[in-house]
Amino acid sequence: MTEELQSFIEKYDLLGCIQCGRCTGGCPVTVRTDLNVRRFVYDTVDEEALEELAKMPEVWDCTACNTCAVRCPKGLKPVEVLIGLRNIMVESGVVQPTVRDALESVFREGNPWDKSRATRNDWMKDLEVKMAEPGEPVENLIFVCCTIAYDPKLQVVAQNLVKLLNKAGVDYGFMDTSETCCSSEVHNLGEEGLFEMMVEDNTELLNEYAAKRLVAISPHCYSVFKNQYPDLKAEVLHYTHLVGEILEDKKLELTRELPEKIVFHDPCFLGKQNNVYDEPRYVLGQIPGAELLEFDRSRERSLCCEGGGGKMWVETESKKERLSETRVKDAKELGATVLAVACPFCVLTLDDSLKAKGFEEEMRVAEILELLGEALD
Amino acid sequence: MNNKPRIGVYVCHCGINIAKTVEIDPVTEYASQLPNVKVARNYSYMCSDPGQLLIREDIEKEGLNRIVVASCSPRMHELTFRKTLAEAGLNPYFLEMANIREQCSWVHEDVEEATAKARKLVASSVAKARLLEPLEEKEVDVEPATLVIGGGIAGIQAALDIANAGFKVYMVEKTPSVGGTMAQLDKTFPTLDCSACILTPKMVDVASHPNIELMTYSQVEEITGYVGNFEVKVRKKARYIDMEKCTGCGICAEECRLKNRIPSEFDVGVGKRSAVYLPFPQAVPAKYTVDPERCLFLTRGKCGESPKCADACPSQAFDFEQADEMVEFKVGAVIVATGFDVFDASRKPEYGYADYDNVLTALEMERLVSASGPTGGKIVLGKGDEAYTPKDIAFIKCVGSRDESVGNEYCSRGCCMYTAKLAHLVHEKIPDANVRIYYMDVRAFGKGFEEFYDRVRREGVRYIRGNPSEIFKRGDKLVIKVEDTLTAKALEDEVDLVVLAVGLEPRKDVREIIDLLRLSQSGDRFFLEAHPKLAPVDTATDGVYLAGCAQGPKDIPDTVAQAKGAASSALILLSSGKVKVQAQIAIVNEATCRSCGYCVEICPYGAIEMVEANRMGHIVSVARVNEALCKGCGACVAGCFSGSIQQKSFKDAQILPQLAVLGVK
Ligand SMILES: Cc1cc2nc3c(=O)[nH]c(=O)nc-3n(C[C@H](O)[C@H](O)[C@H](O)COP(=O)(O)OP(=O)(O)OC[C@H]3O[C@@H](n4cnc5c(N)ncnc54)[C@H](O)[C@@H]3O)c2cc1C
Ligand code: SF4
Ligand code: SF4
Ligand code: SF4
Ligand code: SF4
Repeated sequence: MTEELQSFIEKYDLLGCIQCGRCTGGCPVTVRTDLNVRRFVYDTVDEEALEELAKMPEVWDCTACNTCAVRCPKGLKPVEVLIGLRNIMVESGVVQPTVRDALESVFREGNPWDKSRATRNDWMKDLEVKMAEPGEPVENLIFVCCTIAYDPKLQVVAQNLVKLLNKAGVDYGFMDTSETCCSSEVHNLGEEGLFEMMVEDNTELLNEYAAKRLVAISPHCYSVFKNQYPDLKAEVLHYTHLVGEILEDKKLELTRELPEKIVFHDPCFLGKQNNVYDEPRYVLGQIPGAELLEFDRSRERSLCCEGGGGKMWVETESKKERLSETRVKDAKELGATVLAVACPFCVLTLDDSLKAKGFEEEMRVAEILELLGEALD
Repeated sequence: MNNKPRIGVYVCHCGINIAKTVEIDPVTEYASQLPNVKVARNYSYMCSDPGQLLIREDIEKEGLNRIVVASCSPRMHELTFRKTLAEAGLNPYFLEMANIREQCSWVHEDVEEATAKARKLVASSVAKARLLEPLEEKEVDVEPATLVIGGGIAGIQAALDIANAGFKVYMVEKTPSVGGTMAQLDKTFPTLDCSACILTPKMVDVASHPNIELMTYSQVEEITGYVGNFEVKVRKKARYIDMEKCTGCGICAEECRLKNRIPSEFDVGVGKRSAVYLPFPQAVPAKYTVDPERCLFLTRGKCGESPKCADACPSQAFDFEQADEMVEFKVGAVIVATGFDVFDASRKPEYGYADYDNVLTALEMERLVSASGPTGGKIVLGKGDEAYTPKDIAFIKCVGSRDESVGNEYCSRGCCMYTAKLAHLVHEKIPDANVRIYYMDVRAFGKGFEEFYDRVRREGVRYIRGNPSEIFKRGDKLVIKVEDTLTAKALEDEVDLVVLAVGLEPRKDVREIIDLLRLSQSGDRFFLEAHPKLAPVDTATDGVYLAGCAQGPKDIPDTVAQAKGAASSALILLSSGKVKVQAQIAIVNEATCRSCGYCVEICPYGAIEMVEANRMGHIVSVARVNEALCKGCGACVAGCFSGSIQQKSFKDAQILPQLAVLGVK
C-alpha cells in the first residue's frame, strides 16, 4: 500500500498544497453539492483513507471544469485527485451502470453512446463531404466528436461546418468511420487504463493522416488532443480558430442578417482550460445584424454548465438549482434571444434547462455553427 | 625571487570536517615526497592564528617561495592565506589552494577513496604552484561622490546618511518629486505614524542639503567606468517650467484646460489632475511640471487662443521651448534604490478588478483613506448622487504573491500588515462597517506586528481563513466565492467593497537599470545581492549597492535599515579613498588578436574594448582589457577564437600541467 500512497502524493503533488481553499472557493458545484475538493487534496495524503474516500458520492459531482486547477496558486490539479479516486472505483468495478455502459461502448464501438461504429458518419448523408485519406496531405483534418456525430439534435453542427468549409474553399478532410472517441470523458470518468489505450490507438490513427492541423469541433476533443496527446504530429485547433481565420481572410462572407441579441457562454474546456476566449466572440461578431451581449460571469469568470467530467452519465442528486438553469436565467435577464455556445455538451445542458424553465418563447440555445449556417443563407 | 620553487604544503584537518573522511597523515607524507616540496605539515585549523604562524615561520626559516594550502574552498580563505604570505614578505599570488573539503571530504564517504582523491588534488596544486608568478596589486583613487538612483524612502535615507558623513551625493529620481510609495501611504503599520509627517521632513532635507544635488524628473542615461570611477550621464527632462522662477503657487494647474481630466499617478487613478501639475501637495521640489504627453499645447501645438496656464503664471515661469538638459559627473559609488511596482490586479481576472469599480487595490485604498487623498479621507464610492459609504468590506490577501499562477512564488512581506492597518483605518472611519479579511496565513513577523494584528482583530475585524477564488456581481453587491477553510464551508459572501492586497513586484522598467549597470536578477526577478546573508546590499559589480524594495519586497523599517547598510558600504569605499583592483586579470596578446571583437561581447563587465594598435606599420584594431574593470572571470579567455587572451595565474601554461596531474589530457 505504501507504494500507492507514494504514487498518490507524488502524482498529485499533494504536499505542495497550502490549504488556501481557492480550489473549493472557485468550484462551481459547491452551491449545489457537498463536494469540497480541497478536503480531498488534504485527506488523500492518508493512504489508509483512499478507499473510503473513493466511495464518497460527491467524487462524482465534479464536472472537470478545471477551475480548481486554474486557481491553485501552487500548480496543483485538484480535479485530478478526484479522477484518481474515480479510478479506484472503476478498477474495483463498483460504478454506476450508465458509466460502465459508456466505457464499454467506447471500448467496443469507439463512442460512449452505445451506437454502432458503422453509422458514425450517417450525418454526412446528402452532403458533399471531402474525405481525408491516410498518407494524403491535408491542411485541416476535421475531428467530429461522438456526441455531434450521433445526436440528431447536434448533427447540424457538423453539417454546417461542411457547408461553410466548402463555400470557403479551404483544404479540409473528414475521417471515415474509423474516427474514434477522443476519450476526454473516459479520462474524466476515471478509466485510466482505457484512456491510455485510446490515446495510443488514436495517436497512431491520427498520425497516419498527413494533416497539418487537427481541427476539433468539440472543446472536449480539442482540449484532450492539445493537452493529453503528447505525440500528435498535427497542430490542434478548435473550429472557432479555423472559422475565425476564414472570416478574417474574407474567404467567406456572412450575408444574411440575424437580428438577434446573442450572449456567448464560455465552455470550460475552451475557456478556462485553454484560454480560448476571443475566437468565438470574433466569429459571432461577424454575423450581420447581431448584437453581442456579455454575461457578468464571462471569460475567466464564466460559470460551468455541469456538462463535463462525465456528468452526461452521472446525475448529481441535488434539489438545488442546476448551474445551467442559473445560466439560462442570467441570459434571460440580460435580454438575450440567443444563448450561443461552442460545445455539444453545453448545448444539451443549457437547452434542457431552457426548456425546464419554459423560456422557449423568448430565447433559444444555439451552437455557433448553427447560427453561422443561418447567416450563410 | 623567481628562482627554483621551494614549496610548503599545509594540510588542514578542519576539525573533523576533513579529517573524518580524509586520512591526513598519509596525505601529508605523500605531499612531502612531491618534487620541489621542502616542507609538508598538517594542522587542525590552518586558518587559525597558530596555523598561519606555521606558514609564516616556514617561509622565513626554510626559505619557502610557494605555498599550497590543502583545506577548504578558496572562496572561504584564499584572502586569509594571501595575507599570511604577504605578512611573511612573499608575493601573495604565490599561493595555491587545494580544496579537499567541499570537493572531497564533504561529498564522499569512503575514507580510502577520499584520501586518494585528496592526494591527487594536492599533487595537482603543487604542480601549478611550481609555475606561479608574482602579481602586482594596483590601487586606484576613489571619486568621493555617490550616485543614488531612486528617490523613495530607501534612496532618501541612503543619500542623507552619505551626505551627512560629508560626501557629495547626486540623487536621480524619475518622477517630478521624491518620496516614492511611502508618500502615497496614509498611516504606517504597526505604529500608525502618519506617513507624510515622518517622510516630508526627510524629503525637504534631501532637497536642501548642501552635499546633495537633487535631480528629479530625470533619468540616468549612461554609466561607464568602474568602482571608484564611474562616469555618469543624466538626462534632466524638460519640465517646460523654469525651476528658478516657479514658486509653486499652483495657479497654472487651476487654469489648465484639462483640469481634473487626467488620472493622477499619485492618487493611482482615484483622483484627477491637470496637464500641468504638482504630483501631491508636499512634493519636493515644490515646482510644477507640464506633462508632455497630455498637454494640449505640447501635443497639438495649440491650446485655445493661447495656453491659459502660461498666461496666468504670475512668475512667467513657463517655457514651452525648454529642452532636455544633459548633465555629466563622476562618482565612486552607485546605490540602486529604484523600488517596486504594485502587482497589476488585472492579471488575476477572476477578481474582476478590471470590471468593477468597487474592487480596489490596497494602494488605491491608501489614497481613499488618506486625508490628502481625493475624498479628503472619506471612504465613499461612486460619484455625485450615486455616492455611498460601503458597509460590507472585504480584504483579500496575497493577491499576486505566493502564487505560481502569476509567476510570483515569493511572499511580499508587507501586505499582511498593511491589510491589518487598512482594516483598522476602515473600522475607525466607518464604525458600523463589517470588515473581514480573507487570508491564508498571517505573517506578523516584525517588531510590534503580532501585537498590532491582535489589536486589529479585537477591534472587530473578522479574519476568515480562505483565499477567495472568484468575484462576480449580484444586484448591487459583489459576491466573493470563497471557502472558509476552517469550517470547510463554501461561501458566497456579498459585499460592497473588495480591497485587493496586491503584492510587490519588480518594476516593469527594471531592464533600464540592468542595462545601465549589468545587474543580475534573482529568481523572483528583483535585483540579486552578492550574498543573501553576508553581502545583502552589495552586488556582483564592485561599487554598486542595493537599497530598499529594488532588492526584494520589504516594509519601511527594513527598507530604511537596508538603505543605511548601503550607505555604510558606499562610505567605506569613499572614505578609504583607494580601491584595490583585481590582479588576476585577463591580458590580450595584441600580436595575435584577430580583431573579431567577440570578447567584447562576451565580457559580462564591459571590460574589453577594441583599440587601434600599430602592427608592423599597419594600424589594426585589437582587443584591450581595462585592468580596473576586469574581474578575472575568464569568460573571454575561453571564448577567444585565436587563443589570444590569457588570464594571470590561470595561464594555459599553469593550468594544463595542473589538469594533467588529475588525469585530464
Ligand atoms: C499599499 C501599500 C501599503 C504599504 N503600507 C506600509 C506601511 O504601512 N508600513 C510600512 O512599513 N511599509 C508599507 N508599505 C511598504 C512601503 O511602501 C515600502 O517599504 C517602501 O515604499 C519602499 O521604499 P523604496 O524606496 O524601496 O521604493 P519606492 O517607494 O518604490 O521608491 C522608489 C523610487 O525610485 C524611483 N525610480 C524607480 N526607477 C527609477 C529609475 N530608473 N531612475 C530614477 N528613479 C527611479 C521611483 O520613482 C520611486 O520614487 C506599503 C506598501 C504598499 C504597496
Ligand atoms: S474541476 Fe471544477 S467541478 Fe471539479 S473540483 Fe475542480 S472546480 Fe470543482
Ligand atoms: S487551491 Fe491548490 S493550494 Fe489551495 S487548497 Fe486547493 S489544492 Fe491546495
Ligand atoms: S505578506 Fe501576507 S498577504 Fe502578503 S504575500 Fe505574504 S502572506 Fe500574503
Ligand atoms: S576575464 Fe572576464 S572580466 Fe576580465 S575581461 Fe575577460 S570576460 Fe571580462
